[in-house]
Amino acid sequence: MNSPLTNIRLIAKRELVGYFASPVAYIFIVIFLLLAGFFTFMVSGFFDRGEATLTAFFIWHPWLYLFLVPSVGMRLWSEERRSGTMEFLLTLPITTWQAIAGKFLASWLFLGVALVLTFPLVITVNHLGNPDNGVILGGYVGSFLMAGSYLAVSCLTSAITRNQVVSFIMSVVVCLFLILAGWPPVTNFLAGLSPNSTWLVDLASGLSVMTHFEGFQRGVIDVRDLLFFLSLIGFSLVATAAVVRGIRE
Amino acid sequence: MIKVENLKKMFGAKTAVDDVSFTVGRGEVLGFLGPNGAGKSTTMRMVTGYLTPTGGRVTVGGHDVAEQPVLAKSRIGYLPENAPAYPDMTVRGFLRFSAEIRGLQGTARDIAVDRVVETCSLKGVLHQNIETLSKGYKHRTCFAQSLIHDPDVLVLDEPTDGLDPNQKFEARNLIRRMGEKKAILFSTHILEEVDAVCSRVIIIDHGRIVANGTPDELKKRVPSGRLEDLFRNLTLSDTVKGGK
Repeated sequence: MNSPLTNIRLIAKRELVGYFASPVAYIFIVIFLLLAGFFTFMVSGFFDRGEATLTAFFIWHPWLYLFLVPSVGMRLWSEERRSGTMEFLLTLPITTWQAIAGKFLASWLFLGVALVLTFPLVITVNHLGNPDNGVILGGYVGSFLMAGSYLAVSCLTSAITRNQVVSFIMSVVVCLFLILAGWPPVTNFLAGLSPNSTWLVDLASGLSVMTHFEGFQRGVIDVRDLLFFLSLIGFSLVATAAVVRGIRE
Repeated sequence: MIKVENLKKMFGAKTAVDDVSFTVGRGEVLGFLGPNGAGKSTTMRMVTGYLTPTGGRVTVGGHDVAEQPVLAKSRIGYLPENAPAYPDMTVRGFLRFSAEIRGLQGTARDIAVDRVVETCSLKGVLHQNIETLSKGYKHRTCFAQSLIHDPDVLVLDEPTDGLDPNQKFEARNLIRRMGEKKAILFSTHILEEVDAVCSRVIIIDHGRIVANGTPDELKKRVPSGRLEDLFRNLTLSDTVKGGK
């Protein structure tokens, strides 16, 4: 029998090969790069800002991922349930955890590849000015963690239903909540509700990816922000395991 | 090799499998008969560790499926109902994956893949995507997967479903041949298969075992001496009772 790591690697490899065997992966990467470019250059006006930073690029990520990450994650389990391959997968000599981890890591790695392919921006900004590359790296780390969090949420919603469209919509709604909880219009509104105390605002913005992504964009890797994203991923995957167990009950 | 004790499965308030017990030893082919929805697939899903039983115990090769699922599952080759396989993989890719996840690497993997490709006559479609295969080939691909690690225990849920008459004939011969050395549990609702393949038969209806014996023993229980009549007697009366 294989070691747990070998099993996770084999599951992840199968999943990744599946992505690149179909046009889905290429379409996703092209659309991600086009949209990232469009917002950075056309909407944020990257060249007009006169800044040697990638702020104009990273601020769009929570919104870009809102639609793109669930489109990657929606099929993770719902497709297995619909086609019946889940029965094949879970009667292999592996644990449910190995299957969940393998599938999650494969799609996270895939999102990482898409993110790495934005490297021409880093070259451009280094060519035009003298940016702080530590700050840029921080932005990338934060963005990758945020993508992982959205993905873990999608993983959970795709285990709940065998319908990919339902899985996509549920996942977008949850991720939208994670964004909006820390969005200034919402936090201002909450602050207006209880002018004398800040606990409501703190609670809401504490749950938001926006608040926790902000530090990374400034190049600050705060342990609390790291813990936030990692625990969001951990929680969603544990919940996924519970849902998968429920299907087998 | 397979030992099932007082197995029970509830889906909500509905009892799908009710107090089922049986054993399958090495060299035995146990035919699992019953009308659609009798609980055949549910029982097999519990034997293979896919579904968690509500009550009772399953042991495979000495390993409790609930307590040592990975060890128990490593001993089983399983062909689920409708033969699921990843549509975006090639036949070769799927079989290689099945071999590797069951601990076969390098040459051992290649030998295993070649062996099952030969056994299940898949050579012609080796590099084709599974989604482009006909039903018979898809079925054989999934069957091949269940044989890849040469398991002691085979659980086959309707292994001849979707095959043409020639393929059915070959599949039955294959099951009978393998049954000499392995413990095989297979379900069907084709009664002629029982005579051709099984050393023992269990008829299940509404989740309960209604008959258990060798094909010849069971035939003696009806005047006509035909399995078909016994099957109808046992399961039809129950259906009518259930309908009242």
